[in-house]
Amino acid sequence: MIINQLSVFLENKSGRLTEVLEVLGKENIRITALSVADTTEFGILRIIVSDPERARTLLKEHLFTVNITEVISVMAPDEAKHYARILKILSDLDISVEYTYAFPAGKKSVIVLRCSDNEKAIKALKEHEMELLKGSDLYKI
Amino acid sequence: MEIWNRHFECMSRNELKKIQGERLRETVERVYFNVPYYRHRLQEAGLGPEDIQCIEDITRLPYTSKNDLRDNYPFGMFAVPMSEIVRLHASSGTTGKPTVVGYTRNDISVWSEVMARTLTSAGADRNDFIQIAYGYGLFTGGLGLHYGGEKIGASVIPVSGGNTNRQLQLMHDFGTTVLACTPSYALFLAEAIKENRINRNELKLRIGVFGAEPWTENMRKEIEKKLMIKAIDIFGLSEVIGPGVASECVEQEGLHINEDHFYPEIIDPETLVVLPEGSVGELVFTTITKEGLPLIRYRTRDLTRLNYGKCKCGRTLVRMAKCLGRSDDMLIIRGINLFPSQIETVLLEMSEIKPHYRIIVDRVNNLDTLELQVEVDEEFFQDKISQLQNLRGKLQENLESSIGLGIKVTLVEPKTIERSEGKAKHVIDKRKF
Repeated sequence: MIINQLSVFLENKSGRLTEVLEVLGKENIRITALSVADTTEFGILRIIVSDPERARTLLKEHLFTVNITEVISVMAPDEAKHYARILKILSDLDISVEYTYAFPAGKKSVIVLRCSDNEKAIKALKEHEMELLKGSDLYKI
Repeated sequence: MEIWNRHFECMSRNELKKIQGERLRETVERVYFNVPYYRHRLQEAGLGPEDIQCIEDITRLPYTSKNDLRDNYPFGMFAVPMSEIVRLHASSGTTGKPTVVGYTRNDISVWSEVMARTLTSAGADRNDFIQIAYGYGLFTGGLGLHYGGEKIGASVIPVSGGNTNRQLQLMHDFGTTVLACTPSYALFLAEAIKENRINRNELKLRIGVFGAEPWTENMRKEIEKKLMIKAIDIFGLSEVIGPGVASECVEQEGLHINEDHFYPEIIDPETLVVLPEGSVGELVFTTITKEGLPLIRYRTRDLTRLNYGKCKCGRTLVRMAKCLGRSDDMLIIRGINLFPSQIETVLLEMSEIKPHYRIIVDRVNNLDTLELQVEVDEEFFQDKISQLQNLRGKLQENLESSIGLGIKVTLVEPKTIERSEGKAKHVIDKRKF
């Protein structure tokens, strides 16, 4: 249930994001989800891709700073109340969410979460019968 | 530990002073009669060759600066006819005309001798393989080490600077035991070894002989740890002879100056007064055996201090501290003196950051601004913004408390700061005065 997400350190310079995507594009690596966290000077690009290990090697070869970060993912109807419910389940157990982002998949949303304790979060969400996704599920979307 | 020339390297102070006095007297006589520039300067000071009889008389002599060499470009300061000159070297001339140095056959032999002392004091001998990754050419690094290496009978690998893959291949296949290059290139090679997944146990490297740019004690620790070698600091400047002016012994407690050839003084760079033993000031050299380009009280701009105390290695030659900066590299930021080496020291104390940095000085609305760009260590990088911001904050605080200046820190991607294969360029000063 743990998903390997790639995190890439980027300076806020025009063209850097393009370069990352071009490197991956040339090798036919698919991107399921993408999010950028930024400050005025640097940003962190977070992506879920079809082949994280290979993508990491490729980016490293192109001198990017890359790390694999473990995240979890839940599929839920695309209404705010469902998102709220998920967050509530976690906060009730004192599991903090370091960041989250979501993207649509038909009538549903795929929600990606990085929690202070991913294992505990998975257990809690399962108990509440949430639809947790595996890496292989995500890459098919 | 071996000493190459026990007679001179372990001589008593009194005996050495006597020799220095005699050699100074001969040098002054030579420049008075052979170099018009020095004759004028001495006459201006009301001095003739007969006024210099012992080493203490040196303080009566005028100083020489790099500008004097430039003004007499290219050969005006040579003390022998060109027919006696067998080699020419020149500085890179980044700040104007290059400074040109001419060597007689005897100068080359003195240079080989002091380089043999340097390599021996680093622990090298005839059984070593010395890979010389200093540039060969007009720069004195490559050939200086080369002649010293041959003199001690080692197997010299004259690969010259650059071409990292070939460096690694030779290091591996030839079984290099001694690496000679700039300290920043040594770190670069250490990274390349790691990146190419070369097994350190297959390398025979045991000693590094590093110089030609300032480096800190922490940088030494990092090189020694990463390359698993003993890193020896060597010092020299082309105007004086090249490498071989001073070098560390295996005690690593200061660099022994070959003062039977190069007489050192420490002066206050503002008042030009000679400072008492142990004070930090600008290093000044008088060459007392050189024939091609003898220099009287040449101002090096390097800041250091001298220690005449006895060294555990047995050498009596005075030791200079690692260079603490340059009197002309000194940046004056909002009235505060700042040496890039101070910033480097702070960086090296933080394991999360690589000591690759660039300082950018600018002036905005009549106020000096200081920006430090540093590379984030790949091993430290995780995907939390807060962690990177904390790191930047911590670095900013450490810098402020150690140098007393507000400084803007920018984190940049690894490998974006240019690695030099020669001297690292750490400061970009955009101010216009």
